[in-house]
Amino acid sequence: MKLTLHVWRQKNSKDTGRMVRYDVPNVSEHMSFLEMLDVLNESLIAKGEDPIAFDHDCREGICGMCGMMISGKAHGGFKGTTVCQLHMRHFKDGDVIYLEPWRARAFPVIKDLAVDRGSFDRIIAAGGFISVPTGSAPDGNAIPVQKQDADLAMDAAACIGCGACVAACPNAAAALFVGAKISHLGHLPQGQVERDRRALAMVQQMNVEGFANCTNIGECEAACPKEIKLEVIARTNHDYIKAAFVERPESTVGGAG
Amino acid sequence: MELRSNAPTGPIEQSWDKHKFELKLINPANKRKYNIIVVGSGLAGGAASASLGELGYNVDCFCFQDSPRRAHSIAAQGGINAAKNYHNDGDSVYRLFYDTVKGGDFRAREANVYRLAQVSVNIIDQCVAQGVPFAREYGGLLDNRSFGGAQVSRTFYARGQTGQQLLLGAYQALERQIGLGSVKMHPRMDMLDLVVVDGQARGIVTRSLYDGKIEVHMADAVVLATGGYGNVFYLSTNAKGCNATAIWRAHKRGALFANPSFTQIHPTCIPVAGEYQSKLTLMSESLRNDGRIWVPKQAGDKRPPNSIPESERDYYLERRYPSFGNLVPRDIASRAAKAECDAGRGVGESGLGVYLDLTDAIKRLGKQKIAERYGNLIEMYERITGENPYEVPMRIYPATHYTMGGLWVDYNLMSTIPGLFVLGEANFSDHGANRLGASALMQGLADGYFIIPYTIGNYLATAKPAKVSADAPAVKEAVANATAITKKLLNGNGTRTVDSFHRELGKIVWDYCGMARNEAGLKKALTLIPALREEFWKNVRVLGANEEFNQSLEKAGRVADFFELAELMCLDALDRKESCGGHFREEYQTPEGEALRDDANYSYVAAWGYQGEGRPPALNKEPLTFNYVKPSQRSYK
Repeated sequence: MKLTLHVWRQKNSKDTGRMVRYDVPNVSEHMSFLEMLDVLNESLIAKGEDPIAFDHDCREGICGMCGMMISGKAHGGFKGTTVCQLHMRHFKDGDVIYLEPWRARAFPVIKDLAVDRGSFDRIIAAGGFISVPTGSAPDGNAIPVQKQDADLAMDAAACIGCGACVAACPNAAAALFVGAKISHLGHLPQGQVERDRRALAMVQQMNVEGFANCTNIGECEAACPKEIKLEVIARTNHDYIKAAFVERPESTVGGAG
Repeated sequence: MELRSNAPTGPIEQSWDKHKFELKLINPANKRKYNIIVVGSGLAGGAASASLGELGYNVDCFCFQDSPRRAHSIAAQGGINAAKNYHNDGDSVYRLFYDTVKGGDFRAREANVYRLAQVSVNIIDQCVAQGVPFAREYGGLLDNRSFGGAQVSRTFYARGQTGQQLLLGAYQALERQIGLGSVKMHPRMDMLDLVVVDGQARGIVTRSLYDGKIEVHMADAVVLATGGYGNVFYLSTNAKGCNATAIWRAHKRGALFANPSFTQIHPTCIPVAGEYQSKLTLMSESLRNDGRIWVPKQAGDKRPPNSIPESERDYYLERRYPSFGNLVPRDIASRAAKAECDAGRGVGESGLGVYLDLTDAIKRLGKQKIAERYGNLIEMYERITGENPYEVPMRIYPATHYTMGGLWVDYNLMSTIPGLFVLGEANFSDHGANRLGASALMQGLADGYFIIPYTIGNYLATAKPAKVSADAPAVKEAVANATAITKKLLNGNGTRTVDSFHRELGKIVWDYCGMARNEAGLKKALTLIPALREEFWKNVRVLGANEEFNQSLEKAGRVADFFELAELMCLDALDRKESCGGHFREEYQTPEGEALRDDANYSYVAAWGYQGEGRPPALNKEPLTFNYVKPSQRSYK
């Protein structure tokens, strides 16, 4: 099939950027979307033109590195599919496709379709963990976990941190990403000790990074390639509100023992 | 060069405890005076960075991706082994040790493997405590399954995303240390050279992938945890960015490279669809627990699978290996699939595929149970091929998946350059000539959480690295070297893209140094590879400049190193005149077509030393002795 692409080209973070049109002939329905872009890039290099920069790595939908808006939809808008797992059989001859990077203040564009998602890492660093230094763990079976809790934790832990939720959200909120981690750890007995601190710290960092607030629109859930449920955001709100009430300043009483 | 494994002597059950006691310690207040560089942020590098940060060292961690959470460990599907014996089915540390040595076809170091089996139990505890959502039974306890090559249920798993969940556990521990300030993270950085001063590893040269800035980072010790070199084949199950540049450039600075020809071809991958194919996707071999593998009995049978009657199907693994059946180790399953396809019984358009059929399991367990076990894999398969495995058998074919070879390390995981440690898939590892399923995650985390924190302290306490100035001649030389390589790639001004060279190189390596090798083929590869490399340097086209986000330039540097590594792989495969594990030399096989080892002459680790441009590498041998598991021909019949 033959496709027409309009691709966002931006040399670097300072460039203003613009859409550029490319015609892509001979696209096979068995290609993945990124393979189609590979083929286009090979032809651009042959012509001496700068290839289109886009992030990708595992190409099997798990690393979370790829992601772009395809005609206004994050990852193309197919249920449970990252762009690397999207195949061209979903398109037809003559289609016109618009490619843009994630758009969010907290995700500055590096080049073309590649953005900087370091803000997600900083949110995790603020509290998205259980503090358990290496070597200090009890036996794995010492803490039974109800199967349903383990399953719910796993559902939320499936988040790949790709940023589609932010890109799809009209507010560019990171509520689904934050909620996924809070739910993953909050459903497990191991995660209870730090539950209040975690909610406060992660939400605070989310605000510092420039993500806006959630207004319960639900675009994030629809765009999430791992089908994380909107209910994780309710859990964040629950944990955050509770923590805000019970939070007390840390004890300053100390001294050598 | 004499290779000292530094493996403890005495009863193997006590050797790690004894060794740990003998290792020198650094007092907690002094740890913060030491800087450690960790390159790579996967299971091994992430776990090491977090654990070393917790101990109080100043750690700098580097990765080429935009976040440490992207490391390719994330893609491991099936599970992680541990000798917990939670299922009362006869497992033990000794049995895991035994299985791993045997599975590796007697080409691994016994003491290392025993230690790996020992710490496997601690890994599970650590990960559970971090909140890794392992599968559970209704009673709330951990669930296990059996996995390729094992007759006990010792594999812990988190749906089909075990690697992801273990990596997120390590990543969260790492981010915690980053938040606390003990680890500084450097994402989107390539390591381009190793700085060696007075014979000790003292730093690295990096290129920022954002803006091309070349920098030097100095330290008291350097840890490489940069994964394997499977992308030398171009098509592999590795992520596109996986590369050997860090270990290869360390090799060129003096670290010996061990067993480069030991590569693992995974039996269950989705077959190649076309020339544009950019990577191959693995279907977890856990599918082999419930799926039955077959081909039509008649060569060239092009009927759709569901209209081939039972009597005309050959379940060749069950026929040839009745006691292990579909669960034989990976190397055996891969070669068997190749043999069927070579004989014309392959399926699918290309004829390079065999069926993996879930029909019987669906009848026995119901569709829902199968969906619960493999749902995500089945969806992934359907997304890629457009076929529904609940109705039509899946088509699979072997693909490069893991590399057992890597930089040579001693029992302390230190390479032949003092102060340079190598962890996980990047080292020549504990897997010998073939890795068992669910053992890579185990080894990466064992190295990162439970071994390097002990052994690196001993090195720092005994070697007492002196202060080195960042202006030392060795540092300047390393920077000049990294800059020169980048310049040369950009000034090529040729006509062919990096990918086209990489694809051609991969095809040579796959054809002549892949699932089956022979002398004539390897010698041919050794003429084709240098010729192609020469053309690469003359005719490669890398557009743009160094001082920008330049993905072609990143790739070009990596492919340049793959050329050199590919040659060493073929040399090593040529030298090893025996078949063992993933290394199958057609000249050396039993009458039944199984690998024929030659323990009298090849029971050694082949560790190759770089001798300079255009000079043949030097072969050093570490003899392997087996005091516990007596070498025998592996039989899975």
